[in-house]
Amino acid sequence: MNAYIDVSWPSLLIAASLLIANLVLSAVLRLGMGRRLLVAGTRMVVQLVLLGLVLEWVFDSANGPAVLVLGLLMGVVAGVTAVRRTSIRFPAAYLDSVVVIVTTAFLVTGVSVLGILRPTPLWDPQYVIPLLGMLLGNALTGISLGLDRFLTGVLRDRTRVEGFLALGATRWEAARDEVREALRVGLIPTVNSMLVMGIVSLPGMMTGQILAGAAPGDAVRYQIMIVFMIAATVSTATFGVTMLAYGRIFTSDHRLRSAGALGIELD
Amino acid sequence: MAPPVDQAPILTAENIGCRLDNGWIWRELDVNLAAGDRAVLTGRSGTGKSLLLRTLCGLDCPDEGRVHHRGHPVLDQDRPRFRARVMYVQQKPVLIPGTVQENLELPLRFDINAGRITGDGTAAALLSRLGKSVEFLGQRASVLSGGEGQIVGLVRALLLEPEVLLLDEPTAHLDAEATECVEKVVLEWVDAGDRAVLWTSHDQAQVRRVRRGPTIDLGSAS
Repeated sequence: MNAYIDVSWPSLLIAASLLIANLVLSAVLRLGMGRRLLVAGTRMVVQLVLLGLVLEWVFDSANGPAVLVLGLLMGVVAGVTAVRRTSIRFPAAYLDSVVVIVTTAFLVTGVSVLGILRPTPLWDPQYVIPLLGMLLGNALTGISLGLDRFLTGVLRDRTRVEGFLALGATRWEAARDEVREALRVGLIPTVNSMLVMGIVSLPGMMTGQILAGAAPGDAVRYQIMIVFMIAATVSTATFGVTMLAYGRIFTSDHRLRSAGALGIELD
Repeated sequence: MAPPVDQAPILTAENIGCRLDNGWIWRELDVNLAAGDRAVLTGRSGTGKSLLLRTLCGLDCPDEGRVHHRGHPVLDQDRPRFRARVMYVQQKPVLIPGTVQENLELPLRFDINAGRITGDGTAAALLSRLGKSVEFLGQRASVLSGGEGQIVGLVRALLLEPEVLLLDEPTAHLDAEATECVEKVVLEWVDAGDRAVLWTSHDQAQVRRVRRGPTIDLGSAS
């Protein structure tokens, strides 16, 4: 049921030429965004083409282990990237982030697959992989924003935290404000997008479904489901990674570890 | 002035040492603070004076030796209670956005200080002895000078009625008159109970005025 118009490879050149016009403009005006746009654009094309190949193979073979491996791989990349995007980081955060993001995204995907969509087989890549991908992408942003805010707050402002500890605060009392801030910041993109969804922005997934021929009403219900899943995943993952970082920066005797002991280089 | 009856040490540390990457900052150090002690801590910049105060209140962990509170090691979970008893006053005390009053009440947010009262005029009385009027309580913390910040830090600590004050150059940003007031308030505070102070200072004249009890000299930077 090909209810949609195919986009051919040559026709993509039209889309690319629009970007190239911007590159030329940037080069002429020396705006310095040409290089970054070029690198990002090239990466995007290469990554998506590879993904297309992998997905076609996984969809064709349609076997459980392949779906699991692909999902895990996506999770590891998302977890590592989330930490690499923070301005301060410590080595153990990578493991924390991967464990949390994989656990939460798999759990939430599992709930929607088992409870709502019930495809056959349950691990049908047509459903599992796109869902997982959207959850991981959003969790990635939440974790990197939240973790960055938490580490910056606690480590760059350690005089305040230690001032609280010196006045008799427990480690939790000294860190609570920073944890709260981390969650707030980590959830900003998710909350903002929910607020304007359907008014300012037409969500990407819904747009895609409609382009692919789905009835708008069906696409809307899918979108509502996925937004709930995203919000749940982002909050849980951001909270999880922040709390694990909290456990690593503070000791059981209510001290704040030095940046050196954590393996962090502060400028 | 008669020495206090109870001479059991409030805070002791035996043979403690702390090191950084390239060696010991100080080691084989003994600290013994008994009721009534007005101990002084001297040493050039970089000899680890603040590190010693931080170690004594448990913000840093010594690499050697242990700190004891009234003869007992401090358990991990008792650390907040211990810090509320053995209070370290930073050279630049932490100030939160808000008024001086709100800053004096900051410790009440922490469970360990719950039930302590700061609104009974004690704060105002202390501040007036330090040359500050009642209006000072309503001032925004963001506009305080370094010296005023130190006064807030000291008063905040005194209101919590600790057993030991670890003061990190408490008069570094104060003029001579205010310095004299701070010395008077702290020394009288020590004599009014089962208390001790460890006072860090660069000023030899201040050391002579304050000292009654042990001197810890970290010497010159190695």
